[in-house]
Amino acid sequence: MRISTFWYCLKQGIKNICRNILFSLASVATISACIFLFCLFFSIIANIRHMTYLTETTIGITVFFEEGMTEEEILAVGDEIAQRPEIQEMNFISAEEAWESFQADYFQGMEELAEGFADDNPLASSASYEIFLKDISDQPQMVAYLEKLEGVRKVNYSNAVVAGFSNLNKLVGILSVAIIGILLAVSVFLISNTIHVAAAFRKTENQIMRLIGATNFMIRAPFVVEGVVLGLLGTVIPLGVTYLLYSEAVSYITSHFMNSVNASGILQIIPLDRLFPVMSGVSLGLGVGIGFFVSFFTIRKHLKV
Amino acid sequence: MIEISNVTKTYKAGNKAIRKLDIKIADGEFVFIVGRSGSGKSTLLKMLLKEVEPTSGRIIVNNMNLQRMPRRSVPKYRRKLGVVFQDFRLLKDRNVYENVAFAQRVIGVSARKIKENVPEMLKLVGLSAKYKFYPNQLSGGEQQRVAIARALINNPEVLLADEPTGNLDRHNADEIMELLEQINARGTTVIVVTHSQEIVNRMKKRVITMDKGIVVSDKKGGDI
Repeated sequence: MRISTFWYCLKQGIKNICRNILFSLASVATISACIFLFCLFFSIIANIRHMTYLTETTIGITVFFEEGMTEEEILAVGDEIAQRPEIQEMNFISAEEAWESFQADYFQGMEELAEGFADDNPLASSASYEIFLKDISDQPQMVAYLEKLEGVRKVNYSNAVVAGFSNLNKLVGILSVAIIGILLAVSVFLISNTIHVAAAFRKTENQIMRLIGATNFMIRAPFVVEGVVLGLLGTVIPLGVTYLLYSEAVSYITSHFMNSVNASGILQIIPLDRLFPVMSGVSLGLGVGIGFFVSFFTIRKHLKV
Repeated sequence: MIEISNVTKTYKAGNKAIRKLDIKIADGEFVFIVGRSGSGKSTLLKMLLKEVEPTSGRIIVNNMNLQRMPRRSVPKYRRKLGVVFQDFRLLKDRNVYENVAFAQRVIGVSARKIKENVPEMLKLVGLSAKYKFYPNQLSGGEQQRVAIARALINNPEVLLADEPTGNLDRHNADEIMELLEQINARGTTVIVVTHSQEIVNRMKKRVITMDKGIVVSDKKGGDI
């Protein structure tokens, strides 16, 4: 394609947009709403997943064993547990290590209190395994498995956190797919309508082009340019808004909530510079893709040879 | 050479627009096609432009069989034809220069070539001085000249004119016919569909008269 042809198609596409400015604005607004919601849900889901990941790596399952079991017997059960594919990491904490850790946590600065126990380990039957899973949603079945194991006395886990993250993830996922789906359908309808109106405006021009011997590519190009520009505008605007809102939200949440709530270190928001490149890439693909494909297929009806 | 052999066109509603039509037009000929409304003149032009497919028969234009032509070759074929309409079909938002340049731009001619060709073509149709005018600033005759310039800019082998003088007064109609004669003298085959008996009689060219989809007379030298 000649460079002059490229500029010609670009100019005609932009002319189309200006001619039907109201339809064009409506299309841009709908795509913007769609992409904005996409960005919003993308940010929420990405952050929930991030926190879930943190949960998976910081909140584990602790397995305690029956009194009187020797360390060899416990290690044998441990070997059996280690065969499970859901496990990412598994640490054995002996009774001595458990006692040392307890002392460090509770008798710090008051070491004389611990001395009273002398060589007697009050946590002698508290040897345990700390288990971290690859996917936190596997926790219920893993707990059920552990509880049925012979020699297992008690299984400690945080059911509420896991269930909370899992359910929230699902809910936001379903909600976002539903809302984005509806908005996507509205965007497709509006862009298609805008292209139809543009084609009606250019009916004579298209007829002349056909009779002069213009190729379908040449007739179609200005409309596809129009669709792509609408898609691009409808993406850039919400991306800018999301950029500003996200930065503000991060600094607000960090300064107001993080210090008080986030003792466990689980509540951490993904920094904008890590989230934004992926989000803008997907959004641009979505917005420009909608514009391209809808205009491409809509204008086909007007390309009778 | 245009060769129309045994061509029939029946529209979906059962209306027979063309019935077993046989016409041969040599290269460089000037032919009038006349007839009443519904005689099949416009359908014939549309078939030559490959806008409408014949129901049966064969149409060959410059050794190209239109029935066997794949869809992707239609644009290239149409570049060998120029078309002029009764209602001019100019782009109202573009001036004379841009209307003529448009025909080259949309087939991918370079900007440099367009700058060379358009003034030359405007000179031929006598509109060099009005290249910046918009269609609504021109008379009917001038608008038809622009349409002719646009039809000729890609050097077509055949010029098809559908009632080119239908919207013009006598003076302007004569000027347009003179222009078409000049174009024909340069070697372009010219086919004019018209209702005007007066023009046909004055021009003394080959006249094909159609009625109800068939050729009822084919005379050389004027008079219907």
